[in-house]
Amino acid sequence: MKTNSPAGTKTLTTKVLIIGGGVTGTGVMRDLALRNISSILIDQHDLNSGASGSNHGLLHSGGRYAAKDRDTAIECRVEGEILKRVASNCIDPCGGMFVAVDGDDLDFASQFPDHCQAAGISCTPLSPSQAMEREPSLTKKIVAAYEVADATIDPFRLTLESVNHAMELTDSFYMPHTRVEAFEIGDGEIRAALCRDGRSGEQIRIEAEEVVNAAGAWAMRVARLAGCNNVNLLYSKGTLIISNSRMSSGVINRLRPPGDGDILVPGGTVSLLGTTSATIENPDRITPTVDEVDRILAEGTDMVPSLADARFIRAFAGVRPLLMASGHGGDGREASRGFALFDHKEQNLRNFATVTGGKLTTFRLMAERVGDLIAKRLGSSAPCKTAVVPLPSGPAICWTEPGFSARDWYARQDPTDRILCECEMVSESSIDSIINEAPGSEADMSVKAISLRSRVGKGSCQGAFCSIRVTSYLYDKGIYSSEAGLAHLRDFVKERFKGVRPVLWGAHVAQMELAEALHCDLMGLDLK
Amino acid sequence: MIRETRKIKSQLAIIGTGLAGLAAGIFATEQGIKTTQVGHTGSVTYTTGYLDLFGSLSGQQYSDPWQGVDELKKEYPNHPLCQIDREEINVAMSLFVEKLTEMGVGYLKPGSKNLDALLPSGVCKPTISMPLTMAAGIRAKKTNASTLIIDFIGLQGFSGVEFVANLKPSWPELSNKRLQFPGMESGQQLFPEVMARSLEVPENRRKLAELIKPLINGFEYLGLPAILGIHLPDEVHREMEGLLGIKVFEIPTMPPSVAGIRLREIFEQRFPAQLITLIPQHKVEKLELTDGGARLFFKDPFGDVEIESQAVILATGRFLSGGLAAGQQSIRESLLNIPVSQPKGRDDWYSEKYFAPEGHGINRAGVEVDDNFRPLDEDGRPLSNRLFAIGTVLANQDWVRQRCGAAISISTAYQAVKRVAGLILDSTIDSPGKSGKISSPAR
Ligand SMILES: Cc1cc2nc3c(=O)[nH]c(=O)nc-3n(C[C@H](O)[C@H](O)[C@H](O)COP(=O)(O)OP(=O)(O)OC[C@H]3O[C@@H](n4cnc5c(N)ncnc54)[C@H](O)[C@@H]3O)c2cc1C
Ligand SMILES: Cc1cc2nc3c(=O)[nH]c(=O)nc-3n(C[C@H](O)[C@H](O)[C@H](O)COP(=O)(O)OP(=O)(O)OC[C@H]3O[C@@H](n4cnc5c(N)ncnc54)[C@H](O)[C@@H]3O)c2cc1C
Repeated sequence: MKTNSPAGTKTLTTKVLIIGGGVTGTGVMRDLALRNISSILIDQHDLNSGASGSNHGLLHSGGRYAAKDRDTAIECRVEGEILKRVASNCIDPCGGMFVAVDGDDLDFASQFPDHCQAAGISCTPLSPSQAMEREPSLTKKIVAAYEVADATIDPFRLTLESVNHAMELTDSFYMPHTRVEAFEIGDGEIRAALCRDGRSGEQIRIEAEEVVNAAGAWAMRVARLAGCNNVNLLYSKGTLIISNSRMSSGVINRLRPPGDGDILVPGGTVSLLGTTSATIENPDRITPTVDEVDRILAEGTDMVPSLADARFIRAFAGVRPLLMASGHGGDGREASRGFALFDHKEQNLRNFATVTGGKLTTFRLMAERVGDLIAKRLGSSAPCKTAVVPLPSGPAICWTEPGFSARDWYARQDPTDRILCECEMVSESSIDSIINEAPGSEADMSVKAISLRSRVGKGSCQGAFCSIRVTSYLYDKGIYSSEAGLAHLRDFVKERFKGVRPVLWGAHVAQMELAEALHCDLMGLDLK
Repeated sequence: MIRETRKIKSQLAIIGTGLAGLAAGIFATEQGIKTTQVGHTGSVTYTTGYLDLFGSLSGQQYSDPWQGVDELKKEYPNHPLCQIDREEINVAMSLFVEKLTEMGVGYLKPGSKNLDALLPSGVCKPTISMPLTMAAGIRAKKTNASTLIIDFIGLQGFSGVEFVANLKPSWPELSNKRLQFPGMESGQQLFPEVMARSLEVPENRRKLAELIKPLINGFEYLGLPAILGIHLPDEVHREMEGLLGIKVFEIPTMPPSVAGIRLREIFEQRFPAQLITLIPQHKVEKLELTDGGARLFFKDPFGDVEIESQAVILATGRFLSGGLAAGQQSIRESLLNIPVSQPKGRDDWYSEKYFAPEGHGINRAGVEVDDNFRPLDEDGRPLSNRLFAIGTVLANQDWVRQRCGAAISISTAYQAVKRVAGLILDSTIDSPGKSGKISSPAR
C-alpha cells in the first residue's frame, strides 16, 4: 500500500480516508468494512481524544429529550435498542431513573410520562419509597420518580472494538498522531490529504477515492481546509467528575429541563457526575476548572447527598459540536436531528463528506448514513450491516473494563506475572497484550497510549507509582531506548494532572504530594 | 473496664518522626535533654537517601547551593533557610551527618558545592550529602568511567536500560546487564528491603559476587540498586568491593527505599534509650499547651497515655504525614488549628501546569513562625513560648522543587532544639506565658 512520491514525502493510498478517531469515525470504518470497503482512519492524537473520550457514557433511553426534541428522543430509543443487541459487550443495561426533588418544576415532572409515551419510551412511575429502595443514596426530598431503560456504554471499548473488527475484515488500518493539515484539490475532487505525524513532524500524503470528515467539534475546521464553508458549529464545553466508587446502581437523571450537574452515571466501579455546558471559542486544549467542579458537585448533592463526602478521582472536559442553522438549505442537513451529514455537492466536491453533531448514542446511525453515501458513490450496493452483526470482542480490548485485569490476573495464578499498577491490578502480561495486539499499537507505544487502552493510571494513586513502573517496563521491553521514554512519562503525568487539579482536596492532596515527590525528587522529571 | 491514663513526664516532646523529627531527636540527645517522641517512622522510608541543601529555584539549578540561597532571599525572604545563618546551617548538617555515620550509616561530609546525585531515571539532581554507599557514582559519571549497571528480574521501577538510555549521551561508557537475584529466582516481585537483608548474610554476598564477576571484565565501576544491607551498609559495601575488585555504588530505588529504612532502623534501634522514649507507630490525638509546657494525649493498645513536657516541637510534616489537612476550600494545621498561610482559594493551590517551574502555591502553604521557630497566631504573635515548629510543616518553602528537604528539616530542628535547651537547661531564659490554654497567646 505504501509508495514513495518523488518529493520524498511518504504517500499512502486507500479507498476511503476517514478523519477523526472518535465513535463516529471508528463507526464509519467498521460500517464500511462490513460492506467490504477498506479505509485508513487517522486521528490527530489517538482514539477517543475528542468528545468520545470525555463524555458521560450514557446510552440514552431518550427520556432526556422526550419533552423538547421528540425526533432525537425516538432516535436515541431506537439506537439504544439496537446497540443493546449488537454491542452488549460494551453495555451495562443498568437501567435509569428520572427524579424531581423538592423545589423542581412539578408541571414539567407531571408531563414527563406523556412525552415519553409519545416517543414510544417506556416509563414507569415510582413512589418515592420505591425510588429510594432502588437507589438508597437518593435524597429523601424526592417529589416524583420514573423508571426508564437507560444504560451505560464504554466508549473506549466501543472504538477499540470497531477498529479491531474493521482491521480483521479488511486491510483497513488506523494511524494515530496523524493530523490532516491541507487537501490537494482539483477537478471537483480531493486528490490527497496532506497530513503530519505529530510526533516525528514527518509529512504524509494520503490519496483516497473518498474522504470522510468525522472530526467532531473540529469538523468545521477540517471542512474549511477543503474550502467548504457550510459546516457551522458552536462549541459547547462540558465538564464531568469521576468518583472513586460507584454511587448508584443505575443512571440517575434530574427530572427538569436539562441543566448543569444533573446526571449521575455509573461506570463499572466508579460514577460520573455532570455536566456543565458553556459555549467556548476554541475546542482545543480545554481543561476542567475548579469552579465548574464545585458547581457540578453543588447541583449533584441535591439529588444524591452523599456526593458531598465522595472522593473524586479526576475531572475531565469535552466539547460538543452543536450545529448552527446554515444560511442556505439543500445541503443534506437534517436540522431537526442532532446530527448532520453534508455531501458537499454544492461546494463542488464529488468525493468529500462531513458528519458531525449527534451523540454517542446515535453514532451507529451516523456511521450508517455515511456508509450509505460512500458505498453509493463507490458503486457498491452492499447494505449496512451494523444493526445486525454483533461487535466481536478482540483479545486485547477488554483491558479498559474496570476490574477486568484483576480478574484476568487472579484467574491466571501466575506469580511471575508481576503487577505494574496496583490500584487497578494491571500486570506485565496485560501490558504485553496491549503492546502486541491492541488497535493502533503497531506504532510507538507510550504510557499514554497504553493508558488509553487499559486502566493504567486511572486508579487512586494518580499514576504516581504505576507510571514510573510501566515506563521502566517499556524500557526493559525495548519499546523505549532513548531519553524519549522519559519524555513520554513526563507528558503522561502532565496530562493526567490537568484532570486531577480541579478535584484536589482532602486525601487527594496527600496523594498528589507523594506523586509530585516521586515524579520530581525521585525521577527528576522537572529538572530535564 | 476503666483503665488509668498512663503518664509520661519528659523535658521535651517531639511530635513527628520524619527527617525533621529524627534530627531534632538526635540534637536533643546531644544536649542531654530528656525527650519523648511520637510518630510514624515510615515517613523516612520515602527518601532517596540524599540529603539536599538547596538545589533549584524557579527552574534554575545551582551547583553552588549558597548562590541559590542568595537568589532565594530575593524571591522568598521568608523561606526557612533564609531565617538561619549559613554557618548555623552548615553546623547542623555536619553534626547530623556525623551522628548518622557514628550510628552505622556513613554519609559524605557536606562540602560547599552540590554533588551530582544519580536518580534511577538516569537524571541527576543537586544534593549536598549522600550515603557512602552511593558516593562512587559521582566520580564514575564525572570521569565517564566504564561502568556496568546491574538490575534484577522482578525489581520493579528500576531499569538498567532506562538508566543507561538517559545517561548515555553524557556518559558513553555506561552499559547494563540484568540478573536474577540469588535465592530469589522465582520471578516474583522483589522488594529492595528483602534483598538488602539477604545481603547482610556473607554467603549471599558471595553468591551475588559470583554472578557478577564474569560480567565485569574491563569495567571500572559497578552500579546497583540500593540493596547493600540495612544495618551495616558500609561494611556490606566494602565487602562487595573486595569480592569484586572494582568500585561499587548504589542508586536509589522507589519507596519504601533501603536508604530510608536504614535511617528508620537507626532511629528505632540505635537511639540511647535512657534519653529518648520513642513511641513509634502512634499519633498524638490532642495537644494542650499549658503554662509550664504542654500535655499530649494519645491511645495505645494498653489504654490512654498522657505526656507532660516542658516544651514541644511540632515536626508533623505536610499532607502526606497529616501535619496539614486540606478541606474543599481551605487548609488547616491538624493538631492545634494553628493558622496556615495559604493561597486565597482552591483555584490557586495548583498551577495549571504540573511542572510549572515556579511550583504550586499549595506547596508554600504552612505554619508561620517567628525568629525562634515559634508558630504564630492570627495576630502574628507566638502561640506559646514552649511550642516550636520545624521541618516541612513550615510555610514559604517548596522542598520538592527547591531540593532542600533535608536542610529545612535538619537546620530548623537544630535551631528549635537550641531554643529548647535554653528554656529547659537555663531557666533564666524561661518566661512562661500567662495562661494555661492555647486560646491565648503566651506573650
Ligand atoms: C461532556 C459531554 C458529555 C456527553 N455525554 C454523552 C452521553 O452521556 N451520551 C451520549 O450519547 N452522548 C454524549 N455526549 C456526546 C458525545 O460524546 C459526542 O456526540 C460523540 O462522542 C461525538 O463523537 P465524534 O466521533 O463525532 O467526535 P469526537 O469524539 O470529538 O472525534 C473527533 C476526532 O477528530 C479528531 N480530529 C480533529 N481534527 C483533526 C484533524 N485535523 N486531523 C485528524 N484528526 C482530527 C480529534 O482528535 C477527535 O478524536 C457528550 C458530550 C460531552 C462533551
Ligand atoms: C518520595 C520522596 C523522596 C524524597 N527524597 C529526598 C531527597 O532526595 N533528599 C532530601 O533531602 N529529602 C528527600 N525527601 C525527604 C524530605 O526531605 C522529607 O520528607 C522532609 O524533610 C520532610 O521532613 P519532615 O520531618 O518535616 O516531615 P515528614 O517526613 O512528613 O514527617 C512528619 C512526621 O510527623 C508525624 N506526624 C504527623 N502528625 C502527627 C501526630 N498527630 N502525632 C504524631 N506524629 C505525627 C508523621 O507520622 C511523620 O513521622 C523525600 C521525600 C519523599 C516523600
